[in-house]
Amino acid sequence: MKKYTYTEKIDTRSGFGAGLTELGRTNPNVVALCADLVGSLKMQDFINENPERFFQIGIAEANMMGIAAGLTIGGKIPFTGTFANFSTGRVYDQIRQSIAYSDKNVKICASHAGLTLGEDGATHQILEDIGLMKMLPGMTVINPCDFNQTKAATIAIAEHHGPVYLRFGRPAVPNFTPADQKFEIGKAVKINDGSDVTIIATGHLVWEAILAGEKLAEQGISADILDIHTIKPLDEEAILASVSKTGCVVTAEEHNFLGGLGESVARTLATNTPAPQEFVATQDTFGESGTPAQLMDKYGLNSEAIVKAVTKVLKRK
Amino acid sequence: MPETQQLNDLTTQVRRDIVRMVHKVNSGHPGGSLGCAEFFVALYNEIMELDTDFKMDGIGEDLFFLSNGHISPVFYSVLARRGYFPVEELNTFRLIDSRLQGHPTTHEGLPGVRIASGSLGQGMSVAIGAALAKKLNKDNHIVYSLHGDGELQEGQNWEAIMYAAGNKVDNLISTIDLNGQQIDGATNDVLPLGDLKQKFEAFGWDVMEIEKGNDLEAVIAGLKEAKSRTGKGKPVCILLHTVMGHGVDFMMGTHAWHGKAPNDEQLEKALAQNPETLGDY
Repeated sequence: MKKYTYTEKIDTRSGFGAGLTELGRTNPNVVALCADLVGSLKMQDFINENPERFFQIGIAEANMMGIAAGLTIGGKIPFTGTFANFSTGRVYDQIRQSIAYSDKNVKICASHAGLTLGEDGATHQILEDIGLMKMLPGMTVINPCDFNQTKAATIAIAEHHGPVYLRFGRPAVPNFTPADQKFEIGKAVKINDGSDVTIIATGHLVWEAILAGEKLAEQGISADILDIHTIKPLDEEAILASVSKTGCVVTAEEHNFLGGLGESVARTLATNTPAPQEFVATQDTFGESGTPAQLMDKYGLNSEAIVKAVTKVLKRK
Repeated sequence: MPETQQLNDLTTQVRRDIVRMVHKVNSGHPGGSLGCAEFFVALYNEIMELDTDFKMDGIGEDLFFLSNGHISPVFYSVLARRGYFPVEELNTFRLIDSRLQGHPTTHEGLPGVRIASGSLGQGMSVAIGAALAKKLNKDNHIVYSLHGDGELQEGQNWEAIMYAAGNKVDNLISTIDLNGQQIDGATNDVLPLGDLKQKFEAFGWDVMEIEKGNDLEAVIAGLKEAKSRTGKGKPVCILLHTVMGHGVDFMMGTHAWHGKAPNDEQLEKALAQNPETLGDY
């Protein structure tokens, strides 16, 4: 198992903020909108440096999505910022008609996704957003794993023409990917070369997959690990290459098993080379209040759960 | 500038187009379309600075957004007769493989359309965004939008109305088609809108009324007046009093023809009341 280390734990939303700040300096067409969550989305540096390119919309997410769509018509590249719940479920029809169907170049940037939002509870912890967004024709869906990858993804999506859903989170997590990485939309990142089982993870679960890989290595099990930051378009080639080698797969995500990464992987396998699969994901449930760590433990979204799922899937090979 | 008679002829021809389009496919929305014929003809032929060589970004020209997308027949007819696409294409309205979808869309690449609409209440937000982009681009042109009165029951409008005034989006002219009708009946019976003039003014808009929304000269004069009120720190709202179904006597003033096509006999009557002027498509 390849060794991974990190120098600090830091939130992925700060990676978004850093990426947006850099875009403010390098791309004059980038504009930002926020629905009363500037601090949570780490947008203040961009605002300080580009006050004329920032639009405070107030608590009116539907209006924010429409204004963003309109801004693209004058050649702007709008980045909208609010929590994942309010970036998707609350404004689904606005995104569907004014952005996706209208093919508008809007970047929907969503923080506090999933259970790790923590104490605010289930009203704010969306576990359905990947599904909602990936079902929209033409929508790109990205869920990076750490600060560096989120920063790189933020910068990369400005160069991509078309609507993008960029999902990140609130808690401080290990920052282990290289600062100078090239972010390629739709390309899996190989975390480890292995031969017994494929582990495909996205977002915060990528680090848990690394920890699981270390534990499995101690048991003599060799895991092939992929970081799938782009859920749509999915890197089917990388997935099929890995599973053709290992013959089984565990997917891991901070999302409902319905509609998430796991289902996309299952479809890829079912239409190419079917293989046993286990899903580390929430089990069609809402979340609740608690610390991020408590919630990830309670809902089975950690390295232990991945190891357990690997043990199970290996028996089904 | 076209002569008034030419524009009146165009308006009559647009009304013919509308009823023929919906009759052919036995679906579509003639009522609101007929009521807004003067508005569209005036806007596209007398008021807006535009380029019929269509570019999506619309930089250097005035822009229009149709929020109540179901009145696509009048929009399509006026766009075609203004030169955005061949008039013959009106023949394909609502048919398979057409660029003239039931509700307007950018998806099939129809020149003149910059946003999909149909699911109501979204167009003002989009128009605000386009107006903000114009300000950023130092593009001194105006953004127009049209909304149904019933459509104002959608809450997103009021988010947009609050935003536009609060942020001095004064290069925006939003027109409300005040025909008092919606699918299920009169707006006053379905969900009363109250005093829209007072409401818009309370939100901080500059509000004006065009009492004769089916009188071409009155509409042109009103739109010119609205234009003169832009750039003064407030978004401009026009309350456009129209009659749903105007120009076809049996369709006038009732919600019954909101989304219903005429049969063969009704078509003949409607066409007789709107004799061919510029040539049918």
